[in-house]
Amino acid sequence: MIAEFWTEWGTDITEAFWQTLLMTGISLAISILIGLPLGILLVMTRKGGQAENRVFYSIVNTIINIIRSIPFIILLFLLLPLTRALIGTTIGVEGVILPLVVYTAPYIARLMESALLEVNKGVIEAYESMGISTSKIIWSVILREARSTMILGLTIATIGLIGATAMAGLVGAGGLGDLAYQYGHLRFEPVVMYVVIIILIILVQAMQTLGNVLARRLRKD
Amino acid sequence: MIELKNVSKTFTTGKKKVEALKDVSLKINKGEIYGVIGFSGAGKSTLIRCANLLERPTEGEVCIDGVDLTKLKKSQLRKTRGKIGMIFQHFNLLTTATVYENVARPLKLSKVPKHEIKERVDKYLKIVGLEEKKHVYPAQLSGGQKQRVAIARALAQEPEVLLSDEATSALDPNTTSSILELLLRVNKELGITIFLITHELDVIQRICDRVGVMHHGELVEEGSVIDVFTKPEHPQTRKFVFDEANFQVPDSVKKGLSATGRLVSLTFIGEASNEPFLAAITKKFDVVPSILAGGIDQLKASSVGKLLIHLQGDAAEVERAISYLEAQHVTVEEVAS
Ligand SMILES: Nc1ncnc2c1ncn2[C@@H]1O[C@H](COP(=O)(O)OP(=O)(O)O)[C@@H](O)[C@H]1O
Ligand SMILES: [Mg+2]
Repeated sequence: MIAEFWTEWGTDITEAFWQTLLMTGISLAISILIGLPLGILLVMTRKGGQAENRVFYSIVNTIINIIRSIPFIILLFLLLPLTRALIGTTIGVEGVILPLVVYTAPYIARLMESALLEVNKGVIEAYESMGISTSKIIWSVILREARSTMILGLTIATIGLIGATAMAGLVGAGGLGDLAYQYGHLRFEPVVMYVVIIILIILVQAMQTLGNVLARRLRKD
Repeated sequence: MIELKNVSKTFTTGKKKVEALKDVSLKINKGEIYGVIGFSGAGKSTLIRCANLLERPTEGEVCIDGVDLTKLKKSQLRKTRGKIGMIFQHFNLLTTATVYENVARPLKLSKVPKHEIKERVDKYLKIVGLEEKKHVYPAQLSGGQKQRVAIARALAQEPEVLLSDEATSALDPNTTSSILELLLRVNKELGITIFLITHELDVIQRICDRVGVMHHGELVEEGSVIDVFTKPEHPQTRKFVFDEANFQVPDSVKKGLSATGRLVSLTFIGEASNEPFLAAITKKFDVVPSILAGGIDQLKASSVGKLLIHLQGDAAEVERAISYLEAQHVTVEEVAS
């Protein structure tokens, strides 16, 4: 029975699986590239930070809050015109990267901000007292000390992102969510849906375990 | 070496203003250990943090070797900070780096040549007695060992001055002793000037040459540790010195005794304690001294003895006995009953 199912659906499921990984991977990478520096800037420009800047902080802070309060499914449709204008298409993996990044980058910025804020102020001060420059302190002290918490944050963001890619199926993005929706729901093949759900569960579990192991290994206290 | 000139610092949080330092001036000479003592909230941390501009004074100058830090550019300030090491109450080590890396990383970041980093780290870990713990993470060390790593980290910068913000306040008495020993050695053998703040009298007694007393943001008394110990002037200083030497005589006892004579405390330095001055006053004057309590404090340079005695006798005779004691360099204080 399993063999039968696999001959019928194997290619579709494998393809959808890779699409999901691709969407997650690309948007995660871009979101980190945007979110991490943003998180650092938030920490630096906040009150008492190394480069305190009220205006910058409140603007970025507010934008992040606004985006974070829009559910992804709405963001997806809201951004359709922008996606079309910027990317040229709104379907397939390319079509969904922009909304995924807009959704995830602010989240990562927040998670990174809170991870960085956890670093002991005293250690930062000790390095300041040794005449070490702010940029070096950020790289070699704050980011290093926060690694473990940052990994846990990124794990949470990645899992959220996997969930969002599944929703992106609604606009024909491909991937596991699309498969489950198209066949499981619209063409009534519930088994396909169940298999996709199981794959998603395993994927999320694997991500969380990987994150936990990495974070534990980086943690020394 | 370090000179604070008319330093004031006001913190403004919202509408509330806290004057943490009010016109404080002090000078720390090369090679000495200078301690500032004060109760919590007196402004000690703010003071020491002004010495390397971790806290920028609202007013006043902070001079290191004659250079006013408040006038330096950022990059120059960073360079000067290299000459000033600092240790803290809570050690402030990297938790994700080994002991070795904790000492080495600041050197790497300050662009010290590679081979020299290894040499320096090994040298200073040896001085603080932690060469065996090189590859251990701070979480596996005791408080005292963590402070040793922090000291090694500061020393590895090869500073001229070491600032210590309550470095022993989180440690138990035995560990405190061993850290104080280490600081003394750092001062003597490496010739590093030490500026420390503490709320523990013991720290001042054991390693400081000079002491300043802070109270509500002001430096209310200053002098050599012996002078301040034997002749405290400001009420706050007396609180510190006599609180230690209060001898815990119950008030009811004190009252009873002051009805029959005078209750005085005697303070004397080192040599004076060799002379049997109590025996002498019994012989020379018609007074009967009885000792209620006593003790000797070992200071860095000498010892200071304190006695709480009751002098019974004719008022004029007691007065003469007291004058005699004062002539013997014994400080006599009336004890309020
Ligand atoms: N960053 C700060 N912001 C506002 N008030 C502060 C700050 N740092 C210290 N203070 C205030 O300044 C006073 C002196 O503090 P501090 O120097 O830490 O005293 P100490 O070290 O003697 O306990 C206290 O009243 C404290 O609340
Ligand atoms: Mg303090």
